[in-house]
Amino acid sequence: MIELDHVTKTYSARDSVSDVSFTVGKGAFCAIVGPSGSGKSTTLRMINRLIEPSAGSIRISGEDIAALPVEALRRRIGYAIQSVGLFPHWSIADNIATVPRLLKWPEERVQQRVDELLALLQLDAAATRAKFPHQLSGGQQQRIGVARALAADPEVLLMDEPFGALDPITRETLRSELSRIHKSTGKTILFVTHDIDEALELADAIALLRDGKLVQFGSPIELLTRPAADFVRDFMGGSALGLKLLALRPVSERVKPEPAPGEPIAPDATLADALSQMVLRRTSRLPVRGDAGSVNGSIGLSDLVA
Amino acid sequence: MPRLRDPLLWLLSLLLFLLLGMPLLEPIFAAAFPATTPPIYADYSFLELFLFHAEYVVLSSLAAAFVGVGLGIVATREWGEEFRPILEALATIGQTFPPVAVLALAVPAFGYGPLPTMVALTLYGILPILKNTLAGLGSVPAGVREAGEAMGLTRFQLLRDVELPLAAPTILAGIRISVIINIGTAAIGSTVGAVTLGNPIIGGLVNGKVAYVIQGALVVGVFAIMTDLLFERLDRRLRRFARRD
Repeated sequence: MIELDHVTKTYSARDSVSDVSFTVGKGAFCAIVGPSGSGKSTTLRMINRLIEPSAGSIRISGEDIAALPVEALRRRIGYAIQSVGLFPHWSIADNIATVPRLLKWPEERVQQRVDELLALLQLDAAATRAKFPHQLSGGQQQRIGVARALAADPEVLLMDEPFGALDPITRETLRSELSRIHKSTGKTILFVTHDIDEALELADAIALLRDGKLVQFGSPIELLTRPAADFVRDFMGGSALGLKLLALRPVSERVKPEPAPGEPIAPDATLADALSQMVLRRTSRLPVRGDAGSVNGSIGLSDLVA
Repeated sequence: MPRLRDPLLWLLSLLLFLLLGMPLLEPIFAAAFPATTPPIYADYSFLELFLFHAEYVVLSSLAAAFVGVGLGIVATREWGEEFRPILEALATIGQTFPPVAVLALAVPAFGYGPLPTMVALTLYGILPILKNTLAGLGSVPAGVREAGEAMGLTRFQLLRDVELPLAAPTILAGIRISVIINIGTAAIGSTVGAVTLGNPIIGGLVNGKVAYVIQGALVVGVFAIMTDLLFERLDRRLRRFARRD
């Protein structure tokens, strides 16, 4: 659990943060979003004390981070950034092993952990271990960046636009992998992004910042359906707000036991997927597959708004 | 066989031959410069001259590297940043100063003999090393430094394990420039009373004995080229991690 308690960082111009408070539960995936210069990165970087707050306090699992030795604190927190920042003169294995070695793990355990992480990030351990960062593609480098951040099994993972520099396809792949890793490891993740779609896809809580102030904190659905200000509505997507809402709910919630012709869609497809298919197939009703693979029922155009 | 093609090996053999076997060349020099007696410079053996020369260069370069890298590290630390502009300006202006002028200025301060030579070599040698240390440490990508810091490396670990290794090729290039300049400048040290490979050159010029000038210049030249090749070798070793594929 991470608690930000009236956290303030004063700078002369941009990137200030004023009086921000929110709590991220253990195992939650919280996206910090906002326009550029709104203080997202500043907020994130105060959590591992790359930036010291001017006022307020931050607690991780109840411990005030200001009271901990800064290096010890950072070794408990994974950190991944857009520029990745792998050490170019170290092999991939050594890069991943950085924090375990700082923590003086026995070398055998370090090597075992490196292999585990390469497997978790779906990289071929034998082929990748001895390579140097410049021999990998941007997407692979970011995978290593994430593996390195997870290496010492930290309680918390901080990510600052980690996929911002990647092409859309790689970005999408890594997003879904991050989602999978989050589910399988149960880490508490704080993720900075300016891309609201990325936040909606990944996060179960969103902190929306503007000019260093917290405008709204809540679940994606709360921000979409009960925006606290016009700015929230605009930032969340303006006229496309309804479509974003559809993208958050699965088809299975709205299935009706009525038959319908055509190729069935998966029950975990989103309502937005269903709408898209209806438009493509020029129909107002789609069959939905059941868990066993058989057609279970269907969803109609009017069910989307119900 | 590839070892035989190694130019370093050939230069080393040539240098050894010149240092130990110069008297063997007596017939050639006697034929070319019949007026010069003896035909081979004989005040000191070339080995002696070389050892003095190398000693001055090695000691002054070590001192220069120590001070230059040290100042460069200080100026790139958070607490030393204020010194950076001054040091940068000094390093740049200093290098437009000819090394001979530094040598000339050292004499009134330290008198004649090896001391002014060593001081001048050290002072002049600091500049390229300082400049390259600043450039090398400054070129460490911000993201790499940030990641290192965020993973909990101490400042010392960050410097030792990340910043210095990444800056090493650039720093080494500075040391290389410094050492090569010093090999040349040390020869001029014999004008202020240091015994170096410059003795036959300066003495030959003053007394019109071209044979001695050629002998001294040959040894200094081979020494400088060989040293440069050694640095190139070292540089390749340091860059192993980069662009090997």
